[in-house]
Amino acid sequence: MLLSWGRYPRHPQTAHPVHWPDEVGRTVDAISLNGARRGLAFGMGRSYGDSCMAESDHVVAMRGMDRVVAADWETGVIRAQAGLTLAALIAIALPRGWFLPVSPGTKFVTLGGAVANDVHGKNHHVMGTFGRHVERLTLYRTGEGVVECSPDANADLFNATVGGLGLTGIVLTVDLRLRRVASAHMAQRSIRFGNLDEFFDLSATYDARHEYAVAWIDCLAAGRQAGRGHYIVADHASDGVLDATPPKAKRMPINPPISLVNGVSLRAFNTLYYHRQRSKNVLSTVGYDAFFYPLDKLLDWNRMYGRAGFQQYQCVVPDANAREAIAAVLGEISRSGTGSFLAVLKRCGDVPSPGLLSFPLPGVSLALDFPQRDEVNTRLFARLDALVHEAGGRLYPAKDAHMNAVDFQRAYPRWSQLEALRDPFLMSRFWRRVTQ
Amino acid sequence: MTTPNILIIGATSGIAEAVARRYAAQGCNLVLVARSQQKLDVIAADLVARGAASVRTRVWEASDTAGLAGVAAFAWDVLQTVDVALIAHGTLPDQARAAEDLAYAVEHFRVNGESAVLCMLALSARFERQGKGTLAVIGSVAGDRGRPSNFLYGSAKSAVEACASGLRAKLYKVGVNVLLVKPGFVATPMTADLKLPAKLTATPERVAQDITGAVERETGVLYTPWFWRFIMLIIRQIPEVIFKRLNL
Repeated sequence: MLLSWGRYPRHPQTAHPVHWPDEVGRTVDAISLNGARRGLAFGMGRSYGDSCMAESDHVVAMRGMDRVVAADWETGVIRAQAGLTLAALIAIALPRGWFLPVSPGTKFVTLGGAVANDVHGKNHHVMGTFGRHVERLTLYRTGEGVVECSPDANADLFNATVGGLGLTGIVLTVDLRLRRVASAHMAQRSIRFGNLDEFFDLSATYDARHEYAVAWIDCLAAGRQAGRGHYIVADHASDGVLDATPPKAKRMPINPPISLVNGVSLRAFNTLYYHRQRSKNVLSTVGYDAFFYPLDKLLDWNRMYGRAGFQQYQCVVPDANAREAIAAVLGEISRSGTGSFLAVLKRCGDVPSPGLLSFPLPGVSLALDFPQRDEVNTRLFARLDALVHEAGGRLYPAKDAHMNAVDFQRAYPRWSQLEALRDPFLMSRFWRRVTQ
Repeated sequence: MTTPNILIIGATSGIAEAVARRYAAQGCNLVLVARSQQKLDVIAADLVARGAASVRTRVWEASDTAGLAGVAAFAWDVLQTVDVALIAHGTLPDQARAAEDLAYAVEHFRVNGESAVLCMLALSARFERQGKGTLAVIGSVAGDRGRPSNFLYGSAKSAVEACASGLRAKLYKVGVNVLLVKPGFVATPMTADLKLPAKLTATPERVAQDITGAVERETGVLYTPWFWRFIMLIIRQIPEVIFKRLNL
């Protein structure tokens, strides 16, 4: 059964698998029943909310289109079909000394999904979003067939497709510029901090010196310890070891009927996690997999939240208001007693993205998961939304299952340019919710 | 040990492509045979990116009996020695249509039965001379017992099974293993239009892993995933008086 990663809202998607480019148009047509239904491309289903769900609940399943079409290992530019996962790409590229220029928090996403959500990573302040490293796309568009676009040719379509939530057509191939690395390892420094002010000081000092920077925080800590956590900076190591084999992942062994994440387990986990590092400042060398994708070690971890599922709340607020707004947001969450194992705090940089609807802006991004409880979440998210809006921030469509049309259109004023270029046979549940 | 040389007939099938990727990652030399040059080119480029030492392709239609000798000659010319040959082409005919349309029925019976048998015959002489290697062919659990829902496909696959069994006993004596692969439900292009039960449906990657493992172990008959051995054991034991009343 195809659901989104948060398993909420629960609209199972019917998969129409494609394996070759010439099947894509036929499949979009077959789903549409002469325009009566609108579909959407579906990759790994790692969007959390309803942005990866078709209005009709019928999706073009892209996993079978996962071939590398051409690879130039001198320049590091690869052209691949949109269903190739980042995990597969790393396995192919890393032994040759190339790595993803931008890595989201999981490697189990497709190239098409990475483009559609213009994903970012821990190096946003240096490398910007994924879309910046895309040189060319081919799309299938209803009525037009296969269309090419790039920053130079058909640029309007390119800019609408990067971060375009899969609405401008079905992405067929992606030309991605990889980056050189000399190792599969990361040289990492982890610094424990006691409160939010310390995070901002650390970030101001260290972000500029390292390619990667991120912080994990205990969102339940209150008072003087509010916002305590671990700040982690890293760079690619230079030891020449290019072994791409990730450690063997475990699978979530059970499907609990109710959430295992509750006030008690959260408080215990977060306290233990905060104290796992005895000394304040630890230098270490870790594998790329442990650094970029710690959650990938437990496959299907989303099932931990039980049948009801969960929502992720990810916002970004501009630098000028970041300190106050993040403190206020964390205060609300801490008072609510709900929230995730670890919240992720990350400073985004000012590297512009080509994407019309790209999420990051220069400021601080906060992401955390909430077990799905209708009333609690609705009330909490309304308060958080007000704080984010007041601070001039916005929410991440890839994670979203709740934002309303007014907030969305105010936060993403260029949405109408994307709507103008939308393929008439494609429509997501998210897009209908926030635009129609 | 030198890297193995692999020949795959029906190389654009979902299971074949997944098997080819596993061998590509080991740095093998591959010869791919299929109907569409365009698809072969895409798969060849992908396999090279995934680590294949070399990939050569050749177009062949399953109905082209006369061309089979040329396919075998091409593979041995390119590779010298073929360590593993996999015969993987197939179709899934619509049983209801086959009953109405005999031309349709015979076309699919030939692709799944006759041409797979002929491929085995065409390669067997060369394997016999070579005195080593594995000749693998994709059969199906459907070949174990004809079921009302797909006995045309099943009867073609049981021809493959009988051929593999005989050939295995013949080639065993010269050191060649004949591997019959019997997949259950697999999510591939061939089954893309079917509603398969999710819990019983394997990925082509999983099946490919089982196949390369069975090649290593020189298994004769492989059910993949493993539980199909037991499902089919039960289905074969059902007495005919009961079986004929079931809608399997």
